[in-house]
Amino acid sequence: MIPYVDEFRDGELARMLAKKIAAEIDPAGTYRFMEFCGGHTHSIARYGLADLLPSGVELIHGPGCPVCVLPVSRVDDAISLSKHAIVASYADMMRVPGSNSVSLIQAKAAGADIRMVYSASDALEIAKKNPHREVVFFAIGFETTTPPTALVAKQAKAMKLGNFSIFCNHVLTPPALSGILDSPGAPLQGIIGPSHVSAVIGLQPYARVAEKYRIPMVIAGFEPLDVMQSVHMLVRQTNRGEARVENEYTRAVTPEGNIKAQALMEEVFELRESFEWRGLGQLLKSARRFRKEYSEIDAEVRFSIRIRQVSDHKACECGAILRGLKRPHECRVFGTACTPDNPLGACMVSSEGACAAHYSFGRYRTT
Amino acid sequence: MKRKFYAKPLDIRGGRVDMTHGSGGRAMAQLVEELFVAAFDNEWLSKMNDQALFGVESGRMVMATDAHVVSPIFFPGGDIGCLSVHGTINDVSMSGAVPKFLSASFVLEEGFPLADLERIVKSMAKASKDANVPIITGDTKVVERGKADGIYITTTGVGMVPVGIEIAGNRAKAGDAILVSGTMGDHGIAVMASREHLSFGSSVESDTAALHGLVAKMVECAPDIHVLRDPTRGGLATTLNEIARQSGVGMLIREKNIPVRGEVSAACELLGLDPLYVANEGKLVAICGADDADAVLAAMKVHPLGRNAAIIGEVREDAHGFVQMETAFGGRRVVDWLTGEPLPRIC
Repeated sequence: MIPYVDEFRDGELARMLAKKIAAEIDPAGTYRFMEFCGGHTHSIARYGLADLLPSGVELIHGPGCPVCVLPVSRVDDAISLSKHAIVASYADMMRVPGSNSVSLIQAKAAGADIRMVYSASDALEIAKKNPHREVVFFAIGFETTTPPTALVAKQAKAMKLGNFSIFCNHVLTPPALSGILDSPGAPLQGIIGPSHVSAVIGLQPYARVAEKYRIPMVIAGFEPLDVMQSVHMLVRQTNRGEARVENEYTRAVTPEGNIKAQALMEEVFELRESFEWRGLGQLLKSARRFRKEYSEIDAEVRFSIRIRQVSDHKACECGAILRGLKRPHECRVFGTACTPDNPLGACMVSSEGACAAHYSFGRYRTT
Repeated sequence: MKRKFYAKPLDIRGGRVDMTHGSGGRAMAQLVEELFVAAFDNEWLSKMNDQALFGVESGRMVMATDAHVVSPIFFPGGDIGCLSVHGTINDVSMSGAVPKFLSASFVLEEGFPLADLERIVKSMAKASKDANVPIITGDTKVVERGKADGIYITTTGVGMVPVGIEIAGNRAKAGDAILVSGTMGDHGIAVMASREHLSFGSSVESDTAALHGLVAKMVECAPDIHVLRDPTRGGLATTLNEIARQSGVGMLIREKNIPVRGEVSAACELLGLDPLYVANEGKLVAICGADDADAVLAAMKVHPLGRNAAIIGEVREDAHGFVQMETAFGGRRVVDWLTGEPLPRIC
């Protein structure tokens, strides 16, 4: 049994918090907050949080879903890799369509050896068990999944396996936040900051963002009460005209973060000059790649993968939705040409994406 | 006499299925006789005809068929054998029918251990005897190694629908009550946990069971039950969406009233799954007029397979056919069709 789960999903407490928020809201004020993480988006949708919050508070779903923001070309690359190697992938990636609307799941059906894994070390195990085949781990994710990839990279290097490599697509959270705040559009009054990512990187990277853009930020856990509590904290900061980073998720996040994990990432990876984000375009220093010392397990080196530009579907408005300029149902193809079963754009591909969450959980609501 | 016909008895303990077991020759006849006919043990099968001859009362019959390809074939609480009997009995019963006979068709992979086959066949025989629904005809095929995953079993069942019973997926009406017969998600989590070798410190067992006894009790107290369905693949969420679509209605269910075992919700939490989308093999969803709801619930609760039964919501008018849920947290959300496969999330 998992203890302390129900405590964070207590409806009674939620209603009390909702009353407090409603009482503190200035009827003339604007409270547009972006929850950065897909985990928050999922929680808001799954627990029906929008019904509890007063109408003055508007939540915008952010780009914090690693599956959603991965550019199409990288999915294509993974599918091409599966022609030469066993490709091990997290489950979330399996359904994401590449440029010819072919996903890993379809490539698997067509005969490619693609395996679903729960961790990077599962992929390493596959390589150990199949010494005569190339095995590539399709590494994706923010700073939460990056340290485990780094650790496995170190292990694989030490083991000199020879048949194992990693296709690195790890991205960074703070540059994406800056990317959103730099882009023109309706201003945001606050950010609900990442939870698990912050447990790794700590609070410092956000302080710069909060200061530069004069925007309040609250690092929040993924449970529904965490989200409610962080909205309350953001309302208070907004009312007081503050712009600082607060930590709601103190049970997991410390100001300095996980120093060991940070050192591990630093040891194995370096920053790419620039990387494309689906829906957000090129963002400077927003992704990682292997350091030279790790080129033997860098799939990009091993299989000569070059970064290409593949544009998204023309009708797709993911860019505007990810930046909070449009709501999912305002996109022309939402729910018609673009559905979770047949996603055209980034926001529909994972259950954590803004459009998929709205489609699956909130469609009865039109506003 | 049998012993004379075959040189030596089947080597159940050490033997394996080989191509001769499906070739139609003596080896196949021996497998059928010494394993299937002996285990299923009924007057129809022992006649060894290519078909079973039986008389029927006049009235309406139902027929249902179900292919079983579960992996792993043995899982906590059951195996592919009893599952294949329960699954088809349940499909027949969800019309309110009394299941009468089953057929069973086996696809075996070359090399499959005879000991495992015997264990599966015995499990089927027990399930069929316990349910009082005999397996009266069958077929066996063997495919080359690598062309199947051990064993596939397809069962077909027929049953008689009592006079006056009209249970179908298109009969849900606004105002009807929605009931479930017990906890959701047990089977799916039991199978997934053994498939992925996840040890949660607690063992969830599959709920695989034949539901015709429970259905008989329900129909006896409320002959006008509108819809019955067993929420197997896709779970409760998918089943409710299917019914809503067939009947052209919407539904509102309440999360706090849906029974889910603590171990199952913990496992779902860990895997990033929603218990409403996880398979059941011994549970049913019932939809009946609001006036009948309490009586149906009471009838379910006195049956061992309906002890944890609950009224979980009601049918409502809705042009979009949405199934909505009041969350335990106090909000509201759509409970949509399952998209693709249920895949664990990483973040």
